[in-house]
Amino acid sequence: MSKMCEKACEKDIDGIIEKYRGQPSSLIHALVEIQHANHWLPREVMQRVADALEVPFGQVLQIASFYKTFSLTPKGRHEVHVCGGMTCHLRGAAKLLEKVEEVTGLKAGETDAESRFTVESGACLGSCSIGPELIVDGKHYGRMTPDKAEAVLNSYK
Amino acid sequence: MPRFQSAAELEAYRAQILAGRNPAKPCIAVCAGAACDGMDSAAVAAAFVAAAAPLGDKIEVRTTGCHGYCEKGPNVVVTPGDICYFEVQPTDVPEIIAATLKGEVVERLVYKDPNTGAKAVHMHEVPFYKHQTRLLIGDNPKIDPMRIDDYLAVGGYAALVKALSEMTPDQVLDEVKKANLRGRGGGGFPAGSKWETTKNAPEKTKYVIVNGHEGESAAFMDRAMLTGNPHKILEGLIIGAYAIGAQKGFMYTRHDMPLLEKHVRNALAQAKEYGLLGENILGSGFSLEVELHFDVGIFVSGESSALMRSIEGNPPEPRPKYIRTSVSGIWDKPSNLNNVETWANVPQIISKGAEWFTSIGSEKSKGTKLISLSGNVVNSGVVEVPMGTPLRTLVFDIGGGVRDGKTLKAIHFGGAMGGSIPADLIDAPLDFDGMSKLGAPIGAGGLLLMDEDTDMVEVARYLMDFLTKESCGKCVPCREGMKQMLQILTRITEGKGKQGDIERLEDLIQVTGVASLCALGKTSGDPLKSMFRYFKPEYEARIAAASGEPK
Repeated sequence: MSKMCEKACEKDIDGIIEKYRGQPSSLIHALVEIQHANHWLPREVMQRVADALEVPFGQVLQIASFYKTFSLTPKGRHEVHVCGGMTCHLRGAAKLLEKVEEVTGLKAGETDAESRFTVESGACLGSCSIGPELIVDGKHYGRMTPDKAEAVLNSYK
Repeated sequence: MPRFQSAAELEAYRAQILAGRNPAKPCIAVCAGAACDGMDSAAVAAAFVAAAAPLGDKIEVRTTGCHGYCEKGPNVVVTPGDICYFEVQPTDVPEIIAATLKGEVVERLVYKDPNTGAKAVHMHEVPFYKHQTRLLIGDNPKIDPMRIDDYLAVGGYAALVKALSEMTPDQVLDEVKKANLRGRGGGGFPAGSKWETTKNAPEKTKYVIVNGHEGESAAFMDRAMLTGNPHKILEGLIIGAYAIGAQKGFMYTRHDMPLLEKHVRNALAQAKEYGLLGENILGSGFSLEVELHFDVGIFVSGESSALMRSIEGNPPEPRPKYIRTSVSGIWDKPSNLNNVETWANVPQIISKGAEWFTSIGSEKSKGTKLISLSGNVVNSGVVEVPMGTPLRTLVFDIGGGVRDGKTLKAIHFGGAMGGSIPADLIDAPLDFDGMSKLGAPIGAGGLLLMDEDTDMVEVARYLMDFLTKESCGKCVPCREGMKQMLQILTRITEGKGKQGDIERLEDLIQVTGVASLCALGKTSGDPLKSMFRYFKPEYEARIAAASGEPK
């Protein structure tokens, strides 16, 4: 367990699982909360969720692998999201993603060996007026150019 | 705050709030909508709060939801007078405060016409705002979404009071039917008929649901409403539940917007505290509980039957449509689902009546429509206009035309399952049926401008790529049909198109459209269909060039 997740969040996970014990219909709620606390879903944790909420392990895995929010592998310290919405696309998101991939050495969906960055592309986040957009750890950087994006990424260690 | 036991107690409290407010006292409203937030409006708001603190009671600072003019954020509106300041930075704060206290205007921060240089100080003079009819979103600058009292101060929950104390559930339903309120989520189906189906379904347990998923790319008006004025949607939901006879409501929304979550959670808690939710609402005998649920990052979970599976805790796979969710939805109970904007329309229909509502809009589409204006447009943002407004008004008068002095090539409506029409159809009115006939159904209301440089083949490929990734994979026509279309489109964009590709695509559009289970697959070919209707030569030229034939 300790290898899978930091000490502080182990307690959080225990709390979340206890909160939903015996409530099969709260499966998604429980997994979302664990994902937010721990940034990924280790197999052992999913097994504990299955046992506590009384749902088959297969169903937990089905939900966890289906929804894009859940990660079955550890994520980097910084989550980099390049918005792939239509307006960002029309305003040059592809070039922005190229630059992010070049700077981080990662393709969308990947995490580097030092766990510094996880790069994601996709879902429109609705800040279309300031697209193309880069979001790092939930902070929005609007009207991005490839050059500006490099500077932004370099500020995250 | 004690729970209000009756409508009279709530009205007395409202009178008390209004008596305690001085309309002449200057108030600075800082927009914290999604775009302004991205331009760090939080720093601007913090600067205002710090600067106003030593002034005591002389000035009020309010952090609000989206004002609408996202292009020029961070937005600040000063009342009285609705003075609009744009692109405000923390360094501008002392000057704005000083001018406001003296009743003056900071000229350098007001709107300036990019062509004539003419200034516009007040909201009703700014071109972006003056052509709008802001019935739904107009309250946003007046409301701190964390404070229910702000909503009460603008007349909030008066419609609920009216419905519960003066109307029977049948009368409420009749009013909504007479108003001909059509669903704002995409289909344009009459909300009243849908309510009636759930109301008349034999099961006793019934549910009402707010669909705030808004997965449509480049649509951002629902989150502007839900984040900026959550009580308005909640009020609509409670009234609907009363009419239908539902005991439980669900709000289903995005997981990736922390501010939205905070505001909705807070709104639910405050409504409960005031006795507007829970047991025996305002002493009427009617009870309703509302739960908040989140999507977990997949587009198809906005589809009604998939959304209901998701609320049950199951994977969001749609069901065949011969079982209607209004009869058999969540846990197989009758479940009435409407979009955020549809619910937001309910309170004003009850307050002002169906006759007033039907006086706005076009013959078959009544009321106003929220539009997310973006793409290659000068002024992007959230716009509200009466149904039937010509697209030209949206694109040029409000939107200010195409960016960088370029020419308009196409107007795209309805996101990945919508359609594109050429610039010469710009005089078409904004109308559910009319736009569908043209091949660009308004969907939830995401309007994109595409300029002369837009590659229409690439746009179709991009949209198909998006949908392919979002398919739930349950039914084969959707999963495999879209994949095949994507392969062909990708080939054409790479300059490897072949003769017969267009016919093959047309074939695939038809099969996928007929055989898919839900709207995602059924309408996945719609953008392509509109492309073939209006922009076919572009496709033919690409294919001809690839196969080495003369154009």
